[in-house]
Amino acid sequence: MEQLAQFYAVYGSVINFIGINALLALSLNVTLAAGLLSLGNAAFAGLGGYTAGVLTVHFKLPFVLSICSGGLVAALCGLVVGLPVLRLRGVFLAMATLAFGEVVRIAAVNLEITGGAEGLTIPKVTETWMIYLALAGFAYFLAVLRRTRLGWGLVSMREDETAAACLGIHITYYKVLAFMLGAMMAGVAGGMYAHLNYLITPRDFGFFIAVDLLIYNIVGGTRVWYGPILGAALLTALPEILRGIGVAAGPIRMFVNGLILLLVILFLPNGLASLFTRRRPVPAKLEAA
Amino acid sequence: MSALVVRGISRSFGGIQALLDVSFEVAPGTVHGLIGPNGAGKTTLINVLSGLLAPTNGRVVYRGRDLHRLPPHQVAGLGIARTFQNIRLFPTMTCLENVLAGQHLKAARPLLPRLLRLPAAAREEAGLQTQALATLARVGLQSKADHPARNLSYGERRRLEIARALAVDPSLLLLDEPVAGMRRRESAEVADLVRALAGQGMTILLIEHNMSFVMSLCARITVLNFGRVITTGGRDEVRAHPEVIAAYLGTEEHHA
Repeated sequence: MEQLAQFYAVYGSVINFIGINALLALSLNVTLAAGLLSLGNAAFAGLGGYTAGVLTVHFKLPFVLSICSGGLVAALCGLVVGLPVLRLRGVFLAMATLAFGEVVRIAAVNLEITGGAEGLTIPKVTETWMIYLALAGFAYFLAVLRRTRLGWGLVSMREDETAAACLGIHITYYKVLAFMLGAMMAGVAGGMYAHLNYLITPRDFGFFIAVDLLIYNIVGGTRVWYGPILGAALLTALPEILRGIGVAAGPIRMFVNGLILLLVILFLPNGLASLFTRRRPVPAKLEAA
Repeated sequence: MSALVVRGISRSFGGIQALLDVSFEVAPGTVHGLIGPNGAGKTTLINVLSGLLAPTNGRVVYRGRDLHRLPPHQVAGLGIARTFQNIRLFPTMTCLENVLAGQHLKAARPLLPRLLRLPAAAREEAGLQTQALATLARVGLQSKADHPARNLSYGERRRLEIARALAVDPSLLLLDEPVAGMRRRESAEVADLVRALAGQGMTILLIEHNMSFVMSLCARITVLNFGRVITTGGRDEVRAHPEVIAAYLGTEEHHA
């Protein structure tokens, strides 16, 4: 027990950041499940983070309300941005969402209420258990999603949009819904991050974070709910692991990141998660049929 | 009363007139054939009927409702399902999941009870699974339920696509070359299935190049050539029609 406490004292912040990054990775996973390549989720996290932060600091709203409002504001922005932008596909959608991310970042730098480039100071409220409670909720949602009407709609849309439409799946509606759900989850994660770090700055939600979220998904695997969590955990803990084996942090981290990404793309196209799903047992009921 | 009325449908792509003033009617509960040489506009017509393409002119009425302006998902909502000439399955999903996705419209909407695993939702899920397995069994794929669709053979893929269309529980089924590339026994099984479906009251519009398949199944046949209807009629009528023979075999003048 004492050892555990000591471990937490040393690595508590890494554990927290694994949780936050996993939340963000899962938010992007919903969007990716629908076949939408979005680089906007870091910006949605920023919107949620700033909304929650401003509400806590300037309006003294309770923590839970701030977080939920952050999620809602992000979802609303997801709707407003999604309706026009989701007409684009593939790399064009990625570019449009990237531009949206820059708009949010530049707005945060120039607005007064967000504290400008120096950022917004926010009291620390988020505890480790809150992050992991939210993570459990998100993970459960994604795990069950695949067996719902919505889940079939999203996945079949990713596989073949035309065929999905001919089965009665309302493509635009589902796309916007997936985009909004992802934005909302990112907003909640952003709010928790804002209340964890004492300070949020526009840089916390910039381009590199957006790309990191995508990398978590690719490394971990996008097809199962625990894929993004695996990816986020591995890559967030990586600097600590490297330090543990005596490699100093710094530029080498990016190199190892890149190496892992390359190896995964080459040898595990479905991500680290495929190590666990290779041999899926056939359900007994199907075997009998 | 006709189930499906196609009236004066035209569609052009730029300068190319793919369909010109196409009209015919399909009686409910029958298998109606749609034949014609390559490039005659058969698939374009199916695309118009399923809402993927808007016609430049004309109307399509199904059971008294105009559908030529509806988007594909609403056409499916009216009980019209289709297969694709160039098979369009969901490749990484299992056969069962493909059919489950087809049942999309039948699944109840509320997400929350399902997330909370309420007993009613669990019952519904079990019901949908049983239904999907039964649909797979109709096309003889029950043993492949757990296989990803991309691992199926060519004929199996065609059959899975039919199963997925059946999962929509359609009253009108549009089959675009359902037995292309199939072995004789497989195509005979599909013929039996089509016959059984029509026997249950389903209306079927069938595009096919395999003449013996068409002739053995279809009571009435519409022949297209260069985007126009040559004739609509019974088997013998169509077989004897001089323009049909000309379209398929060419005419003496061409050689002279």
